[in-house]
Amino acid sequence: MSVDRQKSSPTSQTGTSSSDKVDAAGFISLRHVDKLFGDFQALADVSLDIEIGQKIIICGPSGSGKSTLIRCVNRLETHDAGNISIDGVEIDDSAAARQVLRNNVGMVFQQFNLFPHLSILDNLTLGPIRARGMTRSEARELAEYYLNRVKIPEQIDKYPSQLSGGQQQRVAIARALCMQPKIMLFDEPTSALDPEMIAEVLEVIEELASSGMTMICVTHEMGFASHVADQMVFMDHGRIVEQAPPKQFFSNPQSERCQTFLRQILRN
Amino acid sequence: MSRGFWMFAPLVLFLGGCSGNWGWYVVNPTTPIGQRNLKFLIDGLYYTLALSVTAILISIIVGLIVALPGLARQRPPRVINRVYVELVRAVPILVLILWVYYGLPQVADISISVFWAGVLALAISDSAFQAEIFRAGIQSIDRGQHEAAHSISLSYVDKMRFVILPQAIKRILPALGNQLVYMLKMSSLVSVIGMEELTRRANELVVTEYRPLEIYTVLVLEYLVVILLVSGAVRWFENRLAAGDSR
Repeated sequence: MSVDRQKSSPTSQTGTSSSDKVDAAGFISLRHVDKLFGDFQALADVSLDIEIGQKIIICGPSGSGKSTLIRCVNRLETHDAGNISIDGVEIDDSAAARQVLRNNVGMVFQQFNLFPHLSILDNLTLGPIRARGMTRSEARELAEYYLNRVKIPEQIDKYPSQLSGGQQQRVAIARALCMQPKIMLFDEPTSALDPEMIAEVLEVIEELASSGMTMICVTHEMGFASHVADQMVFMDHGRIVEQAPPKQFFSNPQSERCQTFLRQILRN
Repeated sequence: MSRGFWMFAPLVLFLGGCSGNWGWYVVNPTTPIGQRNLKFLIDGLYYTLALSVTAILISIIVGLIVALPGLARQRPPRVINRVYVELVRAVPILVLILWVYYGLPQVADISISVFWAGVLALAISDSAFQAEIFRAGIQSIDRGQHEAAHSISLSYVDKMRFVILPQAIKRILPALGNQLVYMLKMSSLVSVIGMEELTRRANELVVTEYRPLEIYTVLVLEYLVVILLVSGAVRWFENRLAAGDSR
């Protein structure tokens, strides 16, 4: 697929206006998505469908495009070619796309990215109050509910720097949940954590998964992945190399690259 | 204590050495004449402070407005930012003061008071520096903060107002303090168009009393005291914010 890199405006490439409903199979649908960073092809012809309630785990070596893929879904990156749609709405710079993202997609980052100058309560209520127009007390109620779900209700008046890494990441999960998304994106949520804190974060994510939340999660935690995933996706060099249910994925990987990757990662 | 003494010893020797020409009586606080003159000099402080504070408030707002296009991804707004900053920085403040006071009324067909001409010139001149300070401060904030704001669907204005600027301003506070001190000093230039601030008052008194050394020494001390107080206040404020951080 040829891509004119000068044209960074995505609407000029996709050609469809946002009001057009795209004929897509999944709730989230990626069709032939390309992403370039300069000369580096971060995503190459990626197509993927995610249904409501599905849990997709993406793994692969570093630089394989895993993070770029989920960052394209909520438009932290703009894709250069192909289509991404959520609930039938084309994801581009339009107001409709912003609205569909606001109503549907939450994200958790590797580095937590909590707002250090705000208390935990303010971290959680900022989005609901400013982007959703909730009152302060409604937002507080919501924040308390989700802090309970991530099991740190007592930290509500503290500041991020007073919490451990695991607690900070759980606050970040609660912050995303406070926007009441249908889909959660996790970008290596435990990679920046000390080993003893990984379990507490994975436990929260697993509970979220079992409550029926749709999620796309980039992670190297294969034990967690095999519990949680409906579909495993293995990426390499910007392509989806293998996609299978976890049982099949772990017991009988088809491609050689995936076999090598699993051997290396499971040895630890 | 002893270090202070050795620093001022040369000054004392120098001043004492030319005692034959001394005329401290013009600013002697124990005589009625000295009191009158001192009051005349110190009264200029009102306009020095009013000029500087008004000008810096305006320059902070203009600086922020100019800084934001400098951070845009697209080229045209960045060009606007660069052109403004480079143009304004290239004009000496004194020249800008003269142009705003004598030139602007003719160009824009308005009448402008000495005070507002001074405020405008100082604010424009300083806004270019403020813009650079804000740009650096905002750029120093981690990209993850922008992404997190995006991920909870904050608008650009909300993101700046609640997430980015509060953190950026905390970081650039020392630089803003420097600019205030700089502004206090530069306000002395507005004396050339007749603003009755500290420097102008001193000049006028020199003309009537013929005692430049004594009067200008008082002027130096006036600026010294004001600026030391202001930098002390800025430092106190920074420390308070820093203490708030280690909660």
